[in-house]
Amino acid sequence: MIKVEFLGPIGKPSLEIEAATLADVANRLKEDAELVSWLDKCAVALNDTMVNDLATTLKDGDRVSILPPVCGG
Amino acid sequence: MELYNGPLNVKEIFGRWLDEEAESNYGAYIPFVGTIRAEDGIEALSFDIYEPVLQAWFDAWQEKAKSLGAVVKMAHAKGDVPLHQSSYVSAVFSPKRRVALELIDEFVEDFKANAPIWKYDVRDGKRIYAEDRSTPMNGSGLLA
Repeated sequence: MIKVEFLGPIGKPSLEIEAATLADVANRLKEDAELVSWLDKCAVALNDTMVNDLATTLKDGDRVSILPPVCGG
Repeated sequence: MELYNGPLNVKEIFGRWLDEEAESNYGAYIPFVGTIRAEDGIEALSFDIYEPVLQAWFDAWQEKAKSLGAVVKMAHAKGDVPLHQSSYVSAVFSPKRRVALELIDEFVEDFKANAPIWKYDVRDGKRIYAEDRSTPMNGSGLLA
């Protein structure tokens, strides 16, 4: 299982899902209509490191964070 | 990197940073202060921070500054910050002014675009995500 957490204003509880790659995570999240509107503007971190490749492989216990648009300062 | 609950004590932070680098032989110290402005009837701004990714982002900037012989520092508020108080300060120290002037510009702009911090307007005691002022981070849309 991997954990998917939604940061900042997304306001959704974390999910525990089975996924071998980030592409699997994308497919799973796209099943949720509320999340679809966030996904095109969100960045992704795997175990707190930013990632940019859907083919990134996942292992049991990994944590995927979904980061919506930011505005510090 | 320093994170505080609520508004920043700007004078204390800048004074302490000045003391920390007093003997470091930097010729330039360029501070930046972000202050909450009264606009559109807000009572305050409020902030969420994802600290592990913010720390990694800041560590990368420290390395970049070090390669130029400079030092970057920053402090940010978590939670609510009332009007006319500070939510963010940063600074660059460098041997000569040009590096510090250019770095503070790049650092603050990249901070706005890629530091994992979420801003909310506070109105009638409620937090409203400042979506229209927010920027998707580098790499956004990967899962779309």
